[in-house]
Amino acid sequence: MGELISCRNLAFSYEDVDVIKDLSFTISEGDYLCIVGENGSGKSTLTKGLLGLKVPDKGKIIFSDELKRKDIGYLPQQTPAQKDFPASVFEVVLSGRLNSRGLRPFYSKNDKKIALENINRLGIEDLMRRSYRDLSGGQQQRVLLARALCAGRKLLFLDEPVTGLDPIVTEEMYRIIDELNKKENITIVMVSHDITSAVKYATHILHLNFEKSFFGTTKDYKASPLGQYFFGEGKEESDK
Amino acid sequence: MISDIIEMFQNDFMIRALIGGVLVSLCASLLGVSLVLKRYSMIGDGLSHVGFGALAVASAFGSAAPLQVAVPVVIIAAFFLLRLSGNSKVKGDAAIALISTGALAIGITAASVSGLNTDINSYLFGSIIAMDKTDVIFCSVLSAFILVMYVFFYNKIFAVTFDENFAKATGTKAGMYNMVIALLTALTIVVGMKMMGSMLISSLVIFPAVISMRICSRFKTVIITSAAVSVICFLTGLILSYFYSAPTGASIVIVNMIVLLIASFVGTFVKKRR
Ligand SMILES: Nc1ncnc2c1ncn2[C@@H]1O[C@H](COP(=O)(O)OP(=O)(O)O)[C@@H](O)[C@H]1O
Ligand SMILES: [Mg+2]
Repeated sequence: MGELISCRNLAFSYEDVDVIKDLSFTISEGDYLCIVGENGSGKSTLTKGLLGLKVPDKGKIIFSDELKRKDIGYLPQQTPAQKDFPASVFEVVLSGRLNSRGLRPFYSKNDKKIALENINRLGIEDLMRRSYRDLSGGQQQRVLLARALCAGRKLLFLDEPVTGLDPIVTEEMYRIIDELNKKENITIVMVSHDITSAVKYATHILHLNFEKSFFGTTKDYKASPLGQYFFGEGKEESDK
Repeated sequence: MISDIIEMFQNDFMIRALIGGVLVSLCASLLGVSLVLKRYSMIGDGLSHVGFGALAVASAFGSAAPLQVAVPVVIIAAFFLLRLSGNSKVKGDAAIALISTGALAIGITAASVSGLNTDINSYLFGSIIAMDKTDVIFCSVLSAFILVMYVFFYNKIFAVTFDENFAKATGTKAGMYNMVIALLTALTIVVGMKMMGSMLISSLVIFPAVISMRICSRFKTVIITSAAVSVICFLTGLILSYFYSAPTGASIVIVNMIVLLIASFVGTFVKKRR
């Protein structure tokens, strides 16, 4: 399968504090990549780099010719300001279609149809007219996932999609993401704290560690020293 | 009562105030929703002080059209403040405070050194009577421009207000649409300054937005309610200030405060029932 993104010797820093150095990895079509690592290891920073929100100090992020920004869906970590934003679910999901509008000011029938399809896809039809701010955390995540699917269907970035969700809703979320990957062949890049689930679902693991990061298949990860340390001994990261 | 109001609008200056005020109220209330939600309210406030500084300096140098001079100054300040609040290196709110007090100081000094003390009061607190025919035409043209731009960019403004990073990451030029918001805000501030005064114009931006967010839960209804609340509060304030010879800008703010109190009460009541 074709490579979508290839990263060569990336380095990121904030005001002279290095966060990531000399990191190389590739994302190919159909992959389910989990980016794991301790708090502050640079997962969000790397995601911002991949999304073009932060420029790397060194190295290159190469997008393949067939991958455009407009093919990318993104489920960001929610900001506090968003949690009480006055907007209906439909308005939020529909806003995912904006990147295909260009300068044209209003959404077309087709945009609305696609928004509805994704709303149905995630089983949130009955929430459609509700206000985003009145929903539970899990419902809000589904809405944002529907919006992400409206934006692009080739590659989906998810930044800690299950943080703050209860175990049942978490499992449900993982199941939906897995289905998108297997049934609809959407490439997944997910930032996660939950190494156990990462290993369960992902095809590839990128474990960020300032000294020595790991990138490879899940199988190799389990056998690697880093994987052994965090996973083999059954030890999980417990910090949020 | 009704006949009193009809009589009130027999005055030319009241007609001018009515036209200018309704347009400014509309523009301010629409943009206010985005500014409040993006936590940019202080930018609006900072801009009004910069606007005062520019007006005062322009008048001190004998400019015939100080309002027109203020337009580019406030637009530049808007882009600058937007930059600052997107930059983690500088404390955005401190920078805004520095710029607004600095501009205020420069304006007051320029005005008093050149002996424009009477004008200062009207620049600071607004004056309906001060609006002449050219002011109204200037206001109307700019307001029409702002309203058309707002409708044209409505969906983009929603997207960058709700989630700027998402918009950027999925290929929307969020930076450009932020500039559009900043530009329209700057124009609104200048247009409203003569009537409301630079001390009070930001209330026209903030109050209706906060009020409508208390009672509405969809973005579109928030916008429409904000516009309606803004115009109704303006009209009420204008009429009250005429009959009680109170300052217009301040009267409008007080009406807004009362409506906010009622809306907060209604808002909590409605939430409890849901
Ligand atoms: N905007 C910022 N300015 C300065 N330092 C930052 C900023 N964002 C993150 N950092 C620092 O960069 C490091 C990596 O952060 P982040 O990428 O958020 O890690 P993670 O998502 O893995 O928890 C942390 O040490 C954090 O303190
Ligand atoms: Mg993070």
